Amino acid sequence: MSSTTAAPQGQRGITLRSVRWYRRKAVRELARVVCVYILIVPGAILLLLPFLWMLSTALKLPKQIFVFPPQLIPNPPQWRNFVDGWTKYVPFTLYLRNTLIITGNNILGNLFSCCLAAYGFARLRARGKDVLFLLVLGTMMLPFWVTLIPQYVLFSRLRWTNTFLPLTVPAWFGWPFFIFLLRQFFMTIPRDLDAAARIDGCSTWGILWRIILPLSKPALATVAVFAFIGNWNNFLSPLIYLRDQDKYTLAIGLQRFQGVHGNMQYHHMMAVSTLIVLPILVVYFLAQRLFVRGIVMTGMKG
Amino acid sequence: MRATRLFRRPRPLTLRAREELDFYLAISPWAIGFIVFGGGPLVASLVMSLTDWTGLTTRHWVGVQNYVAMVTADRDFFTVLRNTFYYSFGSVSLGVVLSLAVALLMNQKVPGINVFRTLYYLPAVTSGVAIAIMFAWIFNPQVGLINFLLSLIGIKGPLWLASQQWAMPALILMSLWGVGGNMVVLLAGLQGVPEELYDAAKVDGAGKWREFLHVTLPMISPVVFFIIITSIISTFQVFENVYIMTRGGPGTATRVYVFHLYQNAFEYQKMGYASALAWVLFLIILGLTWLQLRASRYWVYYEFEGETR
Repeated sequence: MSSTTAAPQGQRGITLRSVRWYRRKAVRELARVVCVYILIVPGAILLLLPFLWMLSTALKLPKQIFVFPPQLIPNPPQWRNFVDGWTKYVPFTLYLRNTLIITGNNILGNLFSCCLAAYGFARLRARGKDVLFLLVLGTMMLPFWVTLIPQYVLFSRLRWTNTFLPLTVPAWFGWPFFIFLLRQFFMTIPRDLDAAARIDGCSTWGILWRIILPLSKPALATVAVFAFIGNWNNFLSPLIYLRDQDKYTLAIGLQRFQGVHGNMQYHHMMAVSTLIVLPILVVYFLAQRLFVRGIVMTGMKG
Repeated sequence: MRATRLFRRPRPLTLRAREELDFYLAISPWAIGFIVFGGGPLVASLVMSLTDWTGLTTRHWVGVQNYVAMVTADRDFFTVLRNTFYYSFGSVSLGVVLSLAVALLMNQKVPGINVFRTLYYLPAVTSGVAIAIMFAWIFNPQVGLINFLLSLIGIKGPLWLASQQWAMPALILMSLWGVGGNMVVLLAGLQGVPEELYDAAKVDGAGKWREFLHVTLPMISPVVFFIIITSIISTFQVFENVYIMTRGGPGTATRVYVFHLYQNAFEYQKMGYASALAWVLFLIILGLTWLQLRASRYWVYYEFEGETR
């Protein structure tokens, strides 16, 4: 916190007293910075250590894994483990393809359905709008587990189990958190722009397409990134709906891999885990500003 | 001639009606989704919870028998409840205190603080199977990272996931790794506290501690309250880590509510009973939220209270 206490006044110009005062202030400021670093640097290392540990194991020979005390930097690093882990046990490339299909579809579906709904809630006047918006907020808090079983029954009646449909179709019907996020963003766009466009002959949908969406690229990117991470990590729905091995996603494939080889092939398992976490890390570092904006805007953690 | 009159051309809509129509069009994907995937299933699960359905056999109406069975016939039910409360309480209480401490640090103006904010938030985005597997490996009693670190300071670490006593603390510890999620929300709250209040406190001669106690804490209490509620809701639904790391074991030590629900529904095919479990979960979460809302009146400070009443 910046100190706002004013320097002692009295004589004009820099006096001996004020020099001392400034020096003391600088020392105190330095002490504060050092104190903060003493706390946050070890904390950051502690938080990153699990990743380093995973990577370290991924680069070891099997016999090096059970050495105690462990070496953090394996010598020589076994880069082959990444290739072997990925190819030797289960068809991870196929699972990657499946994951990309589902994730890509859901990003598009979420953007489409949530932009439309958010636009309605942010801009259009209609009776019952407030009540409907309360429903959006309410479903944001609705535990996923409460609706899971009837959804499962519905999808099995439609004979959709063991296909991608239960994982991909719902994305086209909105996701309350994203609707809320986009609506909050749309509200910040000045209405004068709408009015000007309308005078120029723009329809309601023209305003959405030509005014709102081009101005909302950061919010759209935020939704895309959140949707990517959520779908990439999704475990429960694929676990429930996908039975055939060739339909698995990366998450399910990795879990099955662990179930079968988990007690032996630690180096390969960690190698594959590293590869699966990597895209998330890359996206995070590329888009970190979007995360913070999305969270601040909604107060939600995604 | 007369008949054609019945199909008169519709009168052009007024602008207002047009806008209303567009509104309903715009929200229709969500509205359909809400009925088919949200509200509908919510009601359907209540109906299903009153049957003995297994997914294959015909359905029989059994009234509240499933709910009675929870407390009389299901030997694990109270264990499961206790485990869930244990996890939730441990994870939320430690998590909130820790995230508040981290948020206060991250709110300090020191060079490079943005890099640290990025690093601290990072674990919060990386949930999933890979991370659960990573932590199972970190908690390995013989050659895992945690017990290695403990051995450096002369402590012989427990068996963690293989121990009845330590499996749950391990899961709680793991949840603290994601402290960055709440940290960012709190940080936003901290940055919203008006600077004038700190100036006023300084003029009144308040030290750092009293400033925190009488300015910062009251001002961010709505945010704290918010993350407590959302954390409780999410900890009550912890599943992935349990499924991958312990499968509810050893014994029933980490058998948590939704894992119990999952097994009843999808492994034992007791759809009716699992629906009843789902509804009880819903009511518990609703009840906890309500309790928090009530309690918050005594300790949460809303700046604009005077105007809304």
